[in-house]
Amino acid sequence: MGIKKLSMVSVYSENQLIIEKKYPDDKIIALAGNPNVGKSTVFNNLTGLNQHTGNWPGKTVTNAQGRFVHKGKGFILVDLPGIYSLMANSVEEEVARDFICFGNPDATVIVADATCLERNLNLVLQTLEITNNAILCVNLLDEAKNKKINIDLKELSKQLGIPVTGTCARDGKGLQALMDEVYNLTMKKPSKAGYVIKYDKPIEEAISILEPCIREVIGHFNCRWVALKLLDGDITLINSINQYLGKDILEETEIAEKIQLAREVLINSGIDNNLFRDKVVSRIVMRAEEISRKVVSYENELYNLRDRKIDKIITSKGFGIPIMLALLGFVFWLTIIGANYPSQVLSDGLFWLEDRLYRFLTDINFPVILKSLLVEGVYRTLAWVISVMLPPMAIFFPLFSMLEDLGYLPRIAFNLDNFFKKACAHGKQALTMCMGFGCNAAGVVGCRIIDSPRERLIAIITNTFVPCNGRFPTLITIIAIFFAGYFSGAFRSLVSAFILTMLIVFSIIMTLLLSKILSKTILKGLPSSFTLELPPYRKPQIGKVIARSIFDRTLFVLGRAVIVAAPAGLIIWLMANITVGDMSILAHCAGFLNPFAQLIGLDGYILTAFILGFPANEIVIPIIIMSYMSQGSLMELENLYQLGELLRNNGWTWLTAVCFVIFSLMHWPCGTTFLTIKKETQSWKWTIISFLVPAITGMLVCFIITTAVRLFRII
Amino acid sequence: MERNIFPLNYLPLGKKARVRDLISNGSTRRRMLDLGIISNTEVEALQKSPSGDPIAYCIRGAVIALRSEEASQILVEEI
Repeated sequence: MGIKKLSMVSVYSENQLIIEKKYPDDKIIALAGNPNVGKSTVFNNLTGLNQHTGNWPGKTVTNAQGRFVHKGKGFILVDLPGIYSLMANSVEEEVARDFICFGNPDATVIVADATCLERNLNLVLQTLEITNNAILCVNLLDEAKNKKINIDLKELSKQLGIPVTGTCARDGKGLQALMDEVYNLTMKKPSKAGYVIKYDKPIEEAISILEPCIREVIGHFNCRWVALKLLDGDITLINSINQYLGKDILEETEIAEKIQLAREVLINSGIDNNLFRDKVVSRIVMRAEEISRKVVSYENELYNLRDRKIDKIITSKGFGIPIMLALLGFVFWLTIIGANYPSQVLSDGLFWLEDRLYRFLTDINFPVILKSLLVEGVYRTLAWVISVMLPPMAIFFPLFSMLEDLGYLPRIAFNLDNFFKKACAHGKQALTMCMGFGCNAAGVVGCRIIDSPRERLIAIITNTFVPCNGRFPTLITIIAIFFAGYFSGAFRSLVSAFILTMLIVFSIIMTLLLSKILSKTILKGLPSSFTLELPPYRKPQIGKVIARSIFDRTLFVLGRAVIVAAPAGLIIWLMANITVGDMSILAHCAGFLNPFAQLIGLDGYILTAFILGFPANEIVIPIIIMSYMSQGSLMELENLYQLGELLRNNGWTWLTAVCFVIFSLMHWPCGTTFLTIKKETQSWKWTIISFLVPAITGMLVCFIITTAVRLFRII
Repeated sequence: MERNIFPLNYLPLGKKARVRDLISNGSTRRRMLDLGIISNTEVEALQKSPSGDPIAYCIRGAVIALRSEEASQILVEEI
């Protein structure tokens, strides 16, 4: 009994990725590959700025699409998640497999790492089993050359039966040839066959029993492969096929009967489900090994000796963690000293502009109230955010991206993994924590790399414990005034960097502690298995890193802060200037919050500032300053000394500063992070828990410190 | 000659061994297979993390860190 194919296709498409073709005859190209092989470099270099990102329908897996034109023909490149295999062990693998299999791409480009070809061939062979409308792009050829690894691309192409091109995507080398191959392949009539890997005799026999009837029912994709997966009992694939066909394939009596029959053949040969999969995977791995032996030759067997030597030092027992802290401290120190001067220049410039603006508005007889609101409320808040935020961000982001590019972040995860294991958390949480230094919202999205839902939630909830870039300038300012102020000159920035580093250590300890508490209470469970690849060290592409971190990150975060700061400045000005009774609204709020705020070592204005700073943490200090000013607007503060005087005159002691710093490390997530958590967890319950956990922790810690200090009358 | 088979996490640093058996099940086993850890695969213990666990191994040209829980379920024979 045959089934009409066309009527069935629409059922799957509801769940399918929407591909935005510019012209109907644009070709769709899937881009697959292992993690860390430069797949995104290939993607970026081919599509340029012509790309947009979103999610796979119904999945928290990022999807990027981009378009490029070659020889007058349009191609839509669909970037699949970086994966090691298509066995559907994770959502990413499932997404990639389903797209290659059911997404009907006109061709699939697989990017492989030339320095580690054998391991990459595993994915290549698994992909080719589904479709041989594929091209292999052997990337990082320059690195392989440096390590004296030679790859016979011609032979590789012969072995695999598909076109193979070599590239150095960072320099754009070989991409023309790759596009030529893509063009040529998509102009040909697509073949339906896949690469045939010969399995053991009983498995081949079982396949041959099942394959013909599958061809009859769903003729138009690779039936040998489907047979193999049905025998495997791969439930995720069966679900996808059912969705695609719009009916349950296992209810087809003929197929069900044949599966039964084929299974009997396997069981008679002593092959149960586990062994079946082992045998299949082993055959693929062995085939990869065989091909690799034919095409790869090493002139120097000790090709990665240098990496090993570096790893021996930076992950060693004695130096691993000290080096990590020293590097972190060094990055902070560079940020602090580097940001001082440009901050001053920006601040001078922006306040000079303010005078002009004020005079201009006076000249055109602008209403006094509106003028004051616009200049003293909106403009001054904006000016503060830009002059305080921009320089440290523009320095910190590129430095941090550089460490990322170098391959240092996985080493941090490697060094810290044992602590995370003891906290019953996932080892990759160290990575998402690092992403949080840039931006907590990005860190929360980054938690997607953690497969186990329990451990992902822990990582999401605790992500805001590490200070993001929006909070660094705040921390640096207060540290400089209250703790490093006794020192002068170059020594002061050193002390600031040291204190900041200690704060980060504290925030990491709190992350671990809270992860542990969460896994013992509301998120009980044992750590799941995990493997971490330590990729080869790569020379960072300094120019690109700077461009990327300034455009993608700095301007993005700054833009967000500015968008928030302008209306916030307006609201705060109104709150500070509209009086009810004999006090401003702001004073009323502060008065109301004051008794509680005093308990945790703050005052009503500071707590109000943190609450009003919910949209963006960057504006906490500007609000505090504005609140303390009698005239209710941000005064021009020439330097940190004046700011320190202002704070001290309003009752700040070192205890206030300590509590302020701790509370800014641990309060609620900012608005963007909050919404991101909602999006990622798809649950209000976990979003609210993510809000409460850091808030309660911060209040508790501040309360304990304050009470202890007051009890022992240290102040 | 008696063969000396032991869990991978006992392999001294700098030594090489061949995989003899995988005793894990389910998703852990699949993860190991994905990394190309099958019978006869050569692995080399490279580097311990500061606290001694996880340990980084060279597996088919890639450096992979495994926690002792996973490594103890890979039985190897020293070469």
